[in-house]
Amino acid sequence: MRDSLNEKAAMREPDTSTRREFFSQFLGLAGGTAALGAVSVLTLRPAEATPAMLATAIRNVTGAAVVKTGKVRLDIPPLVENGNTVPMTVSVTSPMTPDDYVKSIHVFNEKNPQPNIGNFYLGPRAGRGQISTRIRLADSQKIVAIAQLSDGSFWQTSVDVIVTLAACTDEVI
Amino acid sequence: MASALINVPAKAKRGEIIEIKTLMSHIMETGYRRTATGELIPRNIITSFSCRYNGAEIFRADLFPAIAANPFITFFTVATESGKFDFDWIGDNGFAESASALITVE
Amino acid sequence: MKSIPAIIGAALLVTAGIVAPLLATEIPQGARRSGYSFTAPETQAIQNDDTANPGMLSVLDGASLWKDKAGALSKACADCHHDAGVSMRGVAARYPAFDQALGRPVNLEQRINLCRVRNQQATPLAYESHELLALTAFVAEQSRGVAIETGADPQLEPFITKGRDLFMHRQGQLNLGCTNCHDDNWDKHLAGSAITQGQPTGYPLYRLEWQSLGSLERRLRSCMAGVRAQPYDYGAPELVELELYLMSRARGMPIETPAVRP
Ligand code: HEC
Ligand code: HEC
Repeated sequence: MRDSLNEKAAMREPDTSTRREFFSQFLGLAGGTAALGAVSVLTLRPAEATPAMLATAIRNVTGAAVVKTGKVRLDIPPLVENGNTVPMTVSVTSPMTPDDYVKSIHVFNEKNPQPNIGNFYLGPRAGRGQISTRIRLADSQKIVAIAQLSDGSFWQTSVDVIVTLAACTDEVI
Repeated sequence: MASALINVPAKAKRGEIIEIKTLMSHIMETGYRRTATGELIPRNIITSFSCRYNGAEIFRADLFPAIAANPFITFFTVATESGKFDFDWIGDNGFAESASALITVE
Repeated sequence: MKSIPAIIGAALLVTAGIVAPLLATEIPQGARRSGYSFTAPETQAIQNDDTANPGMLSVLDGASLWKDKAGALSKACADCHHDAGVSMRGVAARYPAFDQALGRPVNLEQRINLCRVRNQQATPLAYESHELLALTAFVAEQSRGVAIETGADPQLEPFITKGRDLFMHRQGQLNLGCTNCHDDNWDKHLAGSAITQGQPTGYPLYRLEWQSLGSLERRLRSCMAGVRAQPYDYGAPELVELELYLMSRARGMPIETPAVRP
C-alpha cells in the first residue's frame, strides 16, 4: 500500500518518491543520522482495531453462544513477505452432509483498522468446509477464524503471523 | 476495465467435490489511505461476492477492506448436474460485475 | 521494517562489506537465478497458478486491447499481427531491440507505442498506464518459457556497454552501484527481503508491494530511489540501456511474464 499510493505521487513529484521509497525499501541500510532525522514519518501508525473491537466484532457473529476451540484450521504463512497479499485457507472438520455441515466461516484480525476480514457462507452442498482468500495485514498480529456449524455451535482457532513488510493503511507522505 | 478469471472444471463426475477459484480485478481501496496532500482516499471495495449453481445460491461472502487487492476466493461444491455457475461481485460506487462458467456432469 | 530479520539483514550487509567492495564480479551463466527462486513458497504459488495470478488479469485486458481498433487508421494490432500466439512468440525475449529509424534501442513498451504512432496513427500510451502495461504483458506472455536472447544484434553493442557502465557506477547518497547489490550480495537480505540477482525475466510483473502490475523501468526507478539517487525518467535512454544490459546479462533464462514478486 505504501508504494502504489506513493508512486502515483511519484509520477508527479519525484522528490516524494525518493524519500518514501528509501524508507520502504532500504531503511535497513541507512542507520546513519541523516536517515534517523526523518524516521518520524514512519512511526505514524494506522488506527488499530483494539481487543475490545475484536471482541465486539466476534460477538456480533456469535451472540451469547460459547465459542469452543477446535475443528477449525487456519493455514497462513507464519512469516509473511509482504502484508499486502497474504494467502490464507480456513478448513473445518465436518462430514458436510445435509444435516451436519458448516454454515459459515468468519475471519477476524487484531490490529488492522477494522477487525473484520471476511464472512463466508457455505452450506450442505459445499462438499468440503474450506475456503481460501488473500488478506492484508497492517502488522504482525493474531488472526482468528470462527466457524458456525449447522447445529448452531461455534468453533474457533487463532494463529500469530509475523509481517516483515506491513500493509500500511494510514500513512501520511 | 474489470476482468475476472474463473477456474471451474469443464467436466466432473456426479457427486464429485470440485474446487472453484475466482479472481476479480479491483483496487480494494481501504478508505484508510491518504494522498500526498493528506486527504483521505474514499473507500472503494467489493463488499459482496456470490455464486449460484443453476440458479441456487451455493456460496456467498462479505468482504472488508482487509481483503487484498484483486480479490481471490476459492471454495468447493458437489457437482450435482450439468449447467451453469453464475458469479456476482457487488461493491462501492455501484460496482457490479458478473461472470459465468459451464460444467458438464456425467 | 523494525522486525528482527530487517535488523539482521542490515547487519549482514555491513559485515559483507557492501559499503565498500572494490571490484564487482559478474554472475557466471550457470549461477543465474530468477527472482522467483528467492521468494517465499506462497508467492511462488501465486505465480504458478494462472487463476491465482493477478498479473493474468492484465494479460486478459491486453488480449482484448489487441483486438480494439485505434487511431486515425482505425486498425487493431490484430489486423496486422493476427494471432499473437504466433506473431509475438519470442518477441519479448529479444527486447530491448535496435530501431533503425531512431538509431537506438527501444524497449517493448516503446516498440508498442511506435506501432501506435507509425502504424495506427494513434497517440502513444502513457508509461505505466493500465493499457500500455496490459498490452506489454499480453505481448510478453506469448514468450513465456522462451530463452532470452537480447543483445545478439551487433548494432546494440555500444548500448550494452553503456548499460553495463551504468550498472557498475556508484550513485546516490548511499553511493552504491547496482552491481554492489545484485552481483556482489545477491545471497544476502535487506530489510527482510532477499536482494536477488536483479534479473529482468518476469516483466511486466505483479508486485505485492505495488498491488498492481508494473514495468521493469518502474522497478529500476525504485532501486535508484532506494540508494537516494534521482531516478531517470520513464523512457530515458539510460533506463533503456540498463534494461538492455540486464536482459543481455540474463541471456538463456526463460521469460516468466507475468511474474509475481513481493
Ligand atoms: C498497420 C499494421 C500494424 C498495426 C495496426 C500494428 N502493428 Fe505492430 N508492427 C507492424 C509492422 C510492419 C512491424 C515491423 C516493422 C516495423 O518496425 O514497423 C511491427 C512490429 C511490432 C512489434 C515488434 C516485433 C518484433 O519482432 O520486433 C511489436 C511488439 C508490435 N508491432 C506490437 C504491436 C501492437 C501491440 C499493436 C497494437 C497496439 C501493433 N503492433 C499494431 C505493423 C502493425
Ligand atoms: C541497496 C541494494 C540495491 C541496489 C544498489 C540496487 N538494487 Fe535492485 N533490488 C534490490 C532489492 C532489495 C530488490 C527487491 C528484491 C529483488 O527482487 O531483488 C531489488 C530488485 C531489483 C530488480 C527486480 C528483480 C526481479 O526479480 O524482479 C531488478 C531488475 C533490479 N533490482 C535492478 C537494479 C538496478 C538496475 C540497479 C541499479 C540502478 C539496482 N537494482 C540497484 C536492492 C538493490
